[in-house]
Amino acid sequence: MSRIIVSELGKAYRQYPTRWSRLAEWLLPGARPRHQLHWVLKDVSFQVSPGEALGIIGVNGAGKSTLLKMITGTTQPTAGSIRLEGKVAALLELGMGFHPEFTGRQNAIMAGQLLGMSVDELHDLMPAIEGFAEIGEYMDQPVRTYSSGMQMRLAFSVATCRRPDILIVDEALSVGDAYFQHKSFDRIREFRKAGTTLLIVSHDRQAIQSICDRALLLDRGRVALEGAPEEVMDFFSAMIAEREQSTIRQERLPNNRIRTISGTGEASIAEAALLNDQGKPIDVVETGTPVTLRITVDIHADIERLVLGFMIKDRMGQAIYGINTHRINRPLENLRAGEQVVYSYRFNADLGKGNYSVALSLSRLDSHLDKNYEWRDFALIFHVINTRKPDFVGCASLDAQLEIERPQLVQGAAADALSR
Amino acid sequence: MSMAILSSLWHYRGFVLGSVQREFQSRYRNSLLGALWTIINPLAMIIVYTVIFSRLMQARLPGVDNDLGYGIYLCAGLLTWGLFAEILGRGQAVFLEHANLLKKLSFPRICLPLVVVLNALLNFAIIFGLFLGFLIVTGNFPGWVVLGMLPVLLVQVVFAVGLGIILGVLNVFFRDVGQMTGIVLQFWFWFTPIIYPPTILPEGIAELLRWNPMVPLIQAYQGIFVNAAWPQWQSLWPMAVISVLLCVFALSLFRKRAGEMVDEL
Repeated sequence: MSRIIVSELGKAYRQYPTRWSRLAEWLLPGARPRHQLHWVLKDVSFQVSPGEALGIIGVNGAGKSTLLKMITGTTQPTAGSIRLEGKVAALLELGMGFHPEFTGRQNAIMAGQLLGMSVDELHDLMPAIEGFAEIGEYMDQPVRTYSSGMQMRLAFSVATCRRPDILIVDEALSVGDAYFQHKSFDRIREFRKAGTTLLIVSHDRQAIQSICDRALLLDRGRVALEGAPEEVMDFFSAMIAEREQSTIRQERLPNNRIRTISGTGEASIAEAALLNDQGKPIDVVETGTPVTLRITVDIHADIERLVLGFMIKDRMGQAIYGINTHRINRPLENLRAGEQVVYSYRFNADLGKGNYSVALSLSRLDSHLDKNYEWRDFALIFHVINTRKPDFVGCASLDAQLEIERPQLVQGAAADALSR
Repeated sequence: MSMAILSSLWHYRGFVLGSVQREFQSRYRNSLLGALWTIINPLAMIIVYTVIFSRLMQARLPGVDNDLGYGIYLCAGLLTWGLFAEILGRGQAVFLEHANLLKKLSFPRICLPLVVVLNALLNFAIIFGLFLGFLIVTGNFPGWVVLGMLPVLLVQVVFAVGLGIILGVLNVFFRDVGQMTGIVLQFWFWFTPIIYPPTILPEGIAELLRWNPMVPLIQAYQGIFVNAAWPQWQSLWPMAVISVLLCVFALSLFRKRAGEMVDEL
């Protein structure tokens, strides 16, 4: 079975006041410990069941890499324990141990041996490794002639030439060109389908949401939140924005979704509604019809600049469309406490059928990372139905127009007519 | 626990042997003569010691009636000392050199010192093979007595490995160890009768040689090749015991500090 069980894991580094105190601690018999423990990870417990995919997110320094290093066994935990069942492969640092003077093939064998594979096994797998890396005749050239992308390709292909029971992936994957990134993600997906348990660390919302069943947020070495990827990612976005002062709160909506609201509160969303062309609030929209997104904002304190943004997300939390007043050059300036502002965005609901949600943000600049007055996920939820247009799939209604030509058939018909 | 070490080494034998091969090849990669250099270099060294010292400078070893006597004396000590110095010198730096590998990949760490030792032995085998060939050609081959050097060599390697691992681990925490090793090796070399016979030392200093563990080993080699004499086994026993104890201590130190070592790199 391919299970990961991490219980009460902790990691502390020893800090000595001076270089000499370590020597003193080692040599003086019965001496008191002279070091202080600096905890970078504490009380981390979670389980990943066979075949499950868990995403780990957190800001830099939250302890993600330390956690992965302990799971892969390069670093010893100070407290707690890790149990891994099955064969583990880690994509932490690709291309470790490549020697520039040797050919790709020789390096592939070396890297494979470093992963504990035998030469025979590697010889059997070599055609597959070569095929996946797609670096052609470079395979027999010294690695120093490779581009960094080619090196990545080869390294990835060696590291994943066997399907592991547990695959541990660090952000390493964001290297290489778009084509190879897709290819490597496909391979990871294939592994998942075949039952590989996945543990992935990434900042990439798309990656986490599209591949993980569950996500875990690390903050200052502790588990801050564990749950569905979308909830955790929303909380994470809010948390990044919130390094200033305000609070984050999450509410459970009637449909069991979780709404995250955060912000410093100088401005807040009083009301958000989707209106049809008669100005009536609706939550079911016919595809392609004109709608208005009306947002009422209360100003609670004097602020010099206000940008309103909205983003429509699909059921999976993927962004479909988003825009803000900064990007269309219509920010408001010098607002007074007590004011109310009503925004109306008009657009055609050229969306495919399904559920959508609207996230709103009030901020000072383009990004909500600088000064975030309010960030609200699931401010609105609406359904798009399609009763008038042909039944297309996907979320973008592109209204493709069709023309058909069949020249041979015309000739054939003419010949038919002549022979009669 | 030591069984665990052995079995993990066995599992990674491919990596260990591959690393040895790679390190050996990488030295002569991109050179026109390639592997020929592995022979030319030591050959030049042997010729310098034997021909130049013995013939041109007429350096003689007291009590040895042979033109080449001093050259052979030199080689017997220098080549074996070279093996010792290579294991120590590379051993003390091995963990620092591979810091990246240690931090990023999970594999049996004990492979790294093993690669160092095997590599040093390979280099030694080449140069010493040439030396033996030279002895045969010049008619100075000592005969069966040569087999006597195997146990001596074993003791020497065990001693060097133990000391090398200890220095390697300590060097991670106290970088001074690396600097010190070079200096100590210099003094140690001159404090061992390798290029001079022990008889030229004043009485008081000759007494001190008893405390130098390398002396019985080097003297055993010199005895074999200069006088075709079997080693004096009883003089090797203390050294054998020290070597084994040192190795046990090295492994336990390594095991105890391996985790902390990765944090420190």
